[in-house]
Amino acid sequence: MRKTKLRADADGRAVHDVGGLDFGAIDRTEHDLALWEKRVDAMMILLYAKKGLWSVDAMRRTIEDYGQQTYDKTEYYEKWVRAMRNLLVEQEVLSRAEIEAKMAEVAAAHVKGGRKVPSHTVSWS
Amino acid sequence: MSDEHDHDHSDHDHGHDHGDGGHTHPPQRDHDAGPMGAYEVMEEALRLLLIEKGVLTDAEIAAQIDLMDSRSPALGARVVARAWTDAAFKARLMSDCRKALAEMDIDIGQLAEFKVVENTPETHNVIVCTLCSCYPKLLLGIPPAWYKSLAYRSRTVIDPRGVLAEFGVKIPKSQEVRVHDSTADLRYIVLPQRPDGTEHLDEASLAALVSRDCMIGTALPHVPAPAPNGRGGTSPSAKKKAGGRG
Repeated sequence: MRKTKLRADADGRAVHDVGGLDFGAIDRTEHDLALWEKRVDAMMILLYAKKGLWSVDAMRRTIEDYGQQTYDKTEYYEKWVRAMRNLLVEQEVLSRAEIEAKMAEVAAAHVKGGRKVPSHTVSWS
Repeated sequence: MSDEHDHDHSDHDHGHDHGDGGHTHPPQRDHDAGPMGAYEVMEEALRLLLIEKGVLTDAEIAAQIDLMDSRSPALGARVVARAWTDAAFKARLMSDCRKALAEMDIDIGQLAEFKVVENTPETHNVIVCTLCSCYPKLLLGIPPAWYKSLAYRSRTVIDPRGVLAEFGVKIPKSQEVRVHDSTADLRYIVLPQRPDGTEHLDEASLAALVSRDCMIGTALPHVPAPAPNGRGGTSPSAKKKAGGRG
């Protein structure tokens, strides 16, 4: 799927700078967005465009700072929600501790409701 | 970004239409059952905290989702059909996209410039965002997954004809292919060529020929099949006269 090895040709490039490389055939499967993805899209736009908490450039910088592993293996709205989490802490809207506590609370509630929830967490860097 | 979004929900559903026939596709993740992803947990936690703290409200989030659902390839297709049938509108659209779209009550906000690039017999245009996913979302809605893929982003700028062939679009050697690399501040939209044999069609029928991918440049508007009563059909041989170059 992801031909990460091809980044060997991308000497010195930033992780997001992929123009001219070759990541293989295009998977043209159409996908509807899941509700959580629509919510991430909506919240991100509201937080920067309407509430002015950061600029689109800050959002891009956060995503572009992911290491290659994270960048290549996360999906689009996974990148966005992770950027939103980090920017909310950076801008002192929320703290790491309260986000981690709320995530544990949300996960526990879903487990109680019978859903499987991953035990791993998403690193901050 | 417009706050106004007061369309009536009773007469349409919010199923999406990519301009590829309006059928639905499987969601990327099942969000009602099955295992929950760590990022989905993160979304819920952040949303609950932001609402608790009064930074956002449930209603704001719902309204923003509705706004994005109201932006779709069908909206873009209406703009294309207007440009095909109204030369003065087309001129305004080419010179000041934001203002021309406002005439059609389409508010694209102030965050990014939109620029229309026109396909001609000499030039075929295709859009990409090599660095991320910049796209005229406030006209066409959320981009397809493939537009954001590393494969499309990496290859379109170096092998556009090969990429287009993968989409089933063969561009003759005599036609130049121009690739437009979008940025957060400048987003492109392709104005496709009006197909031959559509002179008899009204604006709404013309809009129906224009899919999402036509406005990205990875598809061409399809010529309608001849009408069963023999009126208004187009002869395939009529197309032959076009490419007399090379």
